[in-house]
Amino acid sequence: MTGLRYVYAVCRPFGTPLQAQLTGIGGAPPALVRHHGLVAVVSTVPEADFSEEALKARLEDLDWLAATARAHQGVIDALTTVTTPLPLRLATVFRDDSALRTMIETREDSFRRLLDRLDGRVEWGVKVYLEEEPAAEPAPAAAAKPASGRDYLRRRREQSHAREDKWQRAEAFARSLHERLSAPAEDHRLHPPQNAALSGAAGRNVLNAAYLVPRAHSEEFVELVDRTKDEAPGIRVELTGPWAAYSFSGEDAAAEEVR
Amino acid sequence: MTMPGRLPEPYGQGSGANLADILERVLDKGIVIAGDIKINLLDIELLTIKLRLIVASVDKAKEMGIDWWETDPALSSGARRNELARENAELRERLARLEELEPGRAPKEAP
Repeated sequence: MTGLRYVYAVCRPFGTPLQAQLTGIGGAPPALVRHHGLVAVVSTVPEADFSEEALKARLEDLDWLAATARAHQGVIDALTTVTTPLPLRLATVFRDDSALRTMIETREDSFRRLLDRLDGRVEWGVKVYLEEEPAAEPAPAAAAKPASGRDYLRRRREQSHAREDKWQRAEAFARSLHERLSAPAEDHRLHPPQNAALSGAAGRNVLNAAYLVPRAHSEEFVELVDRTKDEAPGIRVELTGPWAAYSFSGEDAAAEEVR
Repeated sequence: MTMPGRLPEPYGQGSGANLADILERVLDKGIVIAGDIKINLLDIELLTIKLRLIVASVDKAKEMGIDWWETDPALSSGARRNELARENAELRERLARLEELEPGRAPKEAP
């Protein structure tokens, strides 16, 4: 079977070996390709899945995509325990190591800049949800039927005001939380709120942010988030991480460093 | 290792983390490098949109098509539709019973 080179991440050389049992996509063990003082973490993937044409179809196969994304993330996670990886986006594939080496040579300056920038940092994800209040409104409505059309309209207006009010409180909370978290973080990104149908999370996602935090300050950052959790009723704060600095590995991050 | 700062569990939080969070990062973030197998960014973007539909339909409706939003009361009147269906069935049943009571009359109504 012919294989292709799949690249998970680029790192600086690191001393600690990866866990022996670590597997990447399709169960293949990740290997290290050293070039020009950088290390690419790669594994071999079947051409049947990762050729250009196959990939297009494969990326729309949810089971395959989920397994591949988890495997990708698993390798990045393992790297995060031993070094600071520059995570690549899913499905970065080369024909062979020589093509990979050429890529490293053309981008080595940018890799070094980004790696310096991210060294010793991790990403924390913070999401704020406005929780649905289970059936708080139907009860009074059922208690008494509206006596008149005007009565009905008044009630509708009150309900929509109440909703608006909750929404504004959630937004204000999210804003203030974001301010408090941005201060100790070195950088942040605000991502579009997640769709509940996609994430399966309850409630409405009001804030979906990522914070770049030095590893040494992570404990404080986590405590800071934990402390806010019971501050506002009807609002839920969720913390994920630590992640490799996915949200801070983009081209724009490199460009900012150049300026 | 005694390094502070909650390192990921060896062997990954990946297995436990929410798929949406993983996909959000692995598909949409991280550094973009064109390998020599070229899936360009536009493709990825289209794919993620389709993916959203797939995930939504799998999670919510578990049925064919992309009518998953019909189960969302904020977006549609699915509940009302069910009510109509129930009422319809009940009426049909009553009609059948009436026809049984008066054999010979009902069939003639049809031209």
